[in-house]
Amino acid sequence: MTTTVPLVEHFALGLDAPICLTWELTYACNLACSHCLSSSGRRDPRELTTDEAKAVIDELQRMQVFYVNIGGGEPTVRSDFWELLDYATAHDVGVKFSTNGIKIDVEAARRIAANSYVDVQISIDGATADVNDAVRGAGSYDTAVRALRHLSDVGVSAKLSVVCTRYNIPQLDQFKEIADRYGAQLRLTRLRPSGRGADVWDELHPTQAQQRELYDWLVLHGEGVLTGDSFFHLAAYGESLPGLNLCGAGRVVCLIDPVGDVYACPFAIHEQFLAGNVRSEGGFARVWRKSDLFLELREPQSGGTCRSCNQYDACRGGCMAAKFFTGLPLDGPDPECVKGYGEMGLSKVVAGAAPKPSLDHSHKGGVRGGPVPVTIGRRPDRACDEDPLAGLAAATAR
Amino acid sequence: MTTASATPSVLDRAWDVSPRVSIRPESFGALLYHFGTRRLSFLKDRRLLEVVQHLATSATAREACVAAGLAADELATYALALTKLADTDMLQERS
Repeated sequence: MTTTVPLVEHFALGLDAPICLTWELTYACNLACSHCLSSSGRRDPRELTTDEAKAVIDELQRMQVFYVNIGGGEPTVRSDFWELLDYATAHDVGVKFSTNGIKIDVEAARRIAANSYVDVQISIDGATADVNDAVRGAGSYDTAVRALRHLSDVGVSAKLSVVCTRYNIPQLDQFKEIADRYGAQLRLTRLRPSGRGADVWDELHPTQAQQRELYDWLVLHGEGVLTGDSFFHLAAYGESLPGLNLCGAGRVVCLIDPVGDVYACPFAIHEQFLAGNVRSEGGFARVWRKSDLFLELREPQSGGTCRSCNQYDACRGGCMAAKFFTGLPLDGPDPECVKGYGEMGLSKVVAGAAPKPSLDHSHKGGVRGGPVPVTIGRRPDRACDEDPLAGLAAATAR
Repeated sequence: MTTASATPSVLDRAWDVSPRVSIRPESFGALLYHFGTRRLSFLKDRRLLEVVQHLATSATAREACVAAGLAADELATYALALTKLADTDMLQERS
């Protein structure tokens, strides 16, 4: 081909429309996961109406956005959820939606099976009920497995979607077994310190040793396991993992939240990353193409202090949201930098200095069966938050 | 698997873009998405996009290449790209 500029450079400079985008349909959720990236729980009264949501879909069709990742909150608790899903796929916008499985009964499974433009991701954060429910709440493991079974029964190959934590990385093989048992595909994604995730990140994020274990496991399983391009910071270990391996925020992806606000990425619900609102003049297309924030994100990045690192071309400084919500500078290393530069940076962050999410829709007073904090209200000091034995004991017990 | 060396060449056959494929032009070329396989693919330059857009009205891929203004010494490269698209079901042979 005549192209000399690598494709990824084009992506870094932005596209006419996102390749895909995340659309959180509601902040309402029946669960209260301790690491919820969007601090969901209660419905926002300003939520987009059915007609407004359909107008967004019309616009996505015009822009040729091939598919949307629908999430929440728990999207299926919206009474018009199935109506919007059918509307999207009838307008050439494919749908992948994430659910905790609460509404996936036999009838819903049949409905999904009948629509070839729909993919469903069932969230599960432990291969066993104890590990899962500690984060997602009592009974949530059984709910997820029941949904997987209903989908499998009607021949739908679901995705089993796992946020990797210190407690479930020893269970990677078990997750794969569960996925195989239900004819599903495993999808592993990265825990970010976003939303309520900021409160539990110190406790839940993988240790350096576990990051290496995860990387080796992903390399071994190749394209058979999906990652949503979420672990590109691990590329600094050596070869790249499958995917684009770049931060797509505002360049190839973005987030539309339940009230129509457009953020650079699903993990960056903060006013600093707010580009506009789909209800404003010009709608989503104008926000995507003209907002100051997105245009700025598409400028060539300096690389900052990472520029001198020999792995910069591999990891490109890692995840913007992970840096932001841990109080690190955006042009420096990722908090989970595999070279350890992030940890050095974190040790200099003054306690409480990291930015807080702009929104909080958490249930007040919690929900029945909600997760119980693993340690009661104690946030470990940064300097000593890494128990050298954490995870290893569980790994050898496997 | 189809290969460029198989006879007749990819260039001498007639092709259509799969009805389940959506093409979105971009500054570098185009994005292709197959709604059946869920595969995303890229056309890495605008001339390849032109070739693909000419396929439906051309009796052969070679004709489409000529219509897009390609020179004879460029055909081999573009034949490889078309083969890859056919192998991933983005293109379907028209009989």
